[in-house]
Amino acid sequence: MAIIFKPSPSLPPPSTSVGAVAWVRQNLFSSPLNIFLTFFSLYIVYLLLPPVIEWALIDATWEGSSKAACTAGGACWAFIGVYFDQFMYGLYPEAETWRINLAVILLVVMVGAFAIKTINKLYLSIAIIVVYPIVAYFLFAGGVFGLEEVETSLWGGLFLTVLLGVIGIVASFPLGIVLALGRRSEMPIAKSVCVVFIETIRAVPLITILFMASVMIPLFLPEGLNFNKLLRVLIGITLFSAAYMAEVVRGGLQAIPKGQYEAADAMGLTYWQSMILVILPQALKLVIPGIVNSFIALFKDTTLVYIVGMFDFLGRIQAANHDSNWLGTTVEGYAFAALIYWIICFGMSRYSMSLERKLETGHKRN
Amino acid sequence: MSDKTTPSNNSFLNDAGNRALIFQILLLAMVVFAGYYLFSNLQANLDNRGISTGFSFFNEPAGFPILIHLIEYTEANTYGRAFVVALINTFVISLLGIILATIIGVIMGLARLSKNWLVARLATVYIETLRNIPLLLQMFFWYFAVLAALPAPRNSYEFADFLLNKRGIYSPNPISQDGFGLVIFGFILSLVASIGLIIWAKKRQTRTGLWFPAYWSSLGVIVGITFIFLAIAGFPIEFDLPQKSRFNVTGGMVLPPEFVAVLVALSTYTGAFIAEIVRAGILSVNWGQTEAARSLGLRDNLTQRLIVLPQALRVIIPPLTSQYLNLAKNSSLGAAIAYPELVAVVMGTTLNQTGQAIETIGLCMLVYGSLSLSISVFMNWYNNKMSLIER
Repeated sequence: MAIIFKPSPSLPPPSTSVGAVAWVRQNLFSSPLNIFLTFFSLYIVYLLLPPVIEWALIDATWEGSSKAACTAGGACWAFIGVYFDQFMYGLYPEAETWRINLAVILLVVMVGAFAIKTINKLYLSIAIIVVYPIVAYFLFAGGVFGLEEVETSLWGGLFLTVLLGVIGIVASFPLGIVLALGRRSEMPIAKSVCVVFIETIRAVPLITILFMASVMIPLFLPEGLNFNKLLRVLIGITLFSAAYMAEVVRGGLQAIPKGQYEAADAMGLTYWQSMILVILPQALKLVIPGIVNSFIALFKDTTLVYIVGMFDFLGRIQAANHDSNWLGTTVEGYAFAALIYWIICFGMSRYSMSLERKLETGHKRN
Repeated sequence: MSDKTTPSNNSFLNDAGNRALIFQILLLAMVVFAGYYLFSNLQANLDNRGISTGFSFFNEPAGFPILIHLIEYTEANTYGRAFVVALINTFVISLLGIILATIIGVIMGLARLSKNWLVARLATVYIETLRNIPLLLQMFFWYFAVLAALPAPRNSYEFADFLLNKRGIYSPNPISQDGFGLVIFGFILSLVASIGLIIWAKKRQTRTGLWFPAYWSSLGVIVGITFIFLAIAGFPIEFDLPQKSRFNVTGGMVLPPEFVAVLVALSTYTGAFIAEIVRAGILSVNWGQTEAARSLGLRDNLTQRLIVLPQALRVIIPPLTSQYLNLAKNSSLGAAIAYPELVAVVMGTTLNQTGQAIETIGLCMLVYGSLSLSISVFMNWYNNKMSLIER
């Protein structure tokens, strides 16, 4: 008679190797050092988290018209509420702030239109790059179609910060590409002009460039010809960011295999044809994350315009901190600014990471 | 068929070489013309405003105080001296910042890789928070929110002989007495001895394969010999302790709040970036390397030190260099909270008082340029030393 081998059913894994207990043992208490580190971290969390939550949420005052209203002992968010418009729009006339809002909505709608499949993407891009800035400029500055004129010295707050960042990056993009191509060129003079420009700008801090823009540009222009401070600062920011953009683009150009250049030449394409049709589309796709990263860096760096006397988002926060009605709300102001900057920068860095994954077409060499 | 290699339509303009030449001549002409145009405008403008060019103002008395100076400086000193004071302040803050940021960065980078979930999360929170908030905001926060909220001198926090208040961090000031030269001699002697020890240990290891804990023992040698000489000389150091009075603190050494705020902001901010570089560097080392080291029987810390770290450093050093450069350049933000560094003193006060825009801004750019250049030269040297020697 045959003996049928019948295995008894497997026992479940021991409770110490699966489930929450195992996870805690593996990740928090695997060795004496780890046990110490876990308790040390818990202690740090205990020191930081409860007081911050208590200050920012539980004991906070949300409404009021002066510091005197904040008696709960926690954060005085009423300060942010009162100053909110100034933080967003600077000294832009209150009745006119709808123009800024309209411009923002317009941009969001136009960018959002890319999602519509039937729309012509080329026309849309042209509309965003060429038409929109003109419309936005007249909306912001006014003086036409019965819009009240608003001087650029009144522009400020988060509006100015975003304006500086976006114009800086958009304007520096073509300049950066030209500089990068120049640096990779075989023409010695063109190459050295680009190298000298890029390396000089990269060697000095942005603040010296801003000082140069606000103090030295008037000295270099003929008598009588002068333009306003915002434009000068924008030129400074654009030149600065173009040097960094050039290095990012150069990274992309170098990553394109030589065969692509040779193939474009073999097809009989001229230099500009081969660059525009073959090399740049591939190179720029590679460096999109790098471009987003330099945008994040530039966005953070726009705070420096405060030092040359422009009141961007951080500048308005600093100015509001000196209000005698609201003495002692420094931390609230900085916390609010930090939160806004953090959301924008962190959001962009996550976006760049997701873009990197999306654009990954399997050509990456490991 | 003709065997010409040039195309039949070989007019002068169709030749690539000629076109490149013409383009470059045009470019050069444009650059020269733009330079000439700007320069002539500059001359005209300066003449109109009655500003004389040149650095002669460097010999005039500056007339403004500088709060933080490591060399003697009073209001009666010249602009030249003020420039040197500011230069030293910039160097000091950059150097200390680089050292501190590296320490913070390495610790946080390793912490983010930790197997301990909680430690890794905390490090991630630290890195992602500090990286995404502008440095200037962080500096303002430390200076106007944290340090300005400290108590007045009479209510200072006290730790041992240290005082912490609005005016800064006060510490005992060591003052050398007679016989201190002997201690310095002992210290130099111990340094020489420890270097000798390290060289000997290395040679012996190459020759016999025997390992000697040279770094730990040389630390012992340095501390030991210096201490012996201290004892022989009868401890020739006295400490000038800070004393708090009603409105002020007298004596001791002080780290002013401007300095502390700039240093803390710079090193924590750059530290977050360095942490990511360190993490990426260590992750870039193939796991097979660790497994191979283990199969050779190396212990965990030796695996890290001898196998993983040297390979990770090759990936780490180039981006680390650019972080160091960023830190040195970012030290210029100290101007915003009145830390008297180069931008604040030269491009701020000196420029305002003398109106010499070209000279002051040019000088600052030159200094930052050379600072950047020297950091990158040093790091390139180090990179070459560490890089893979290919055969």
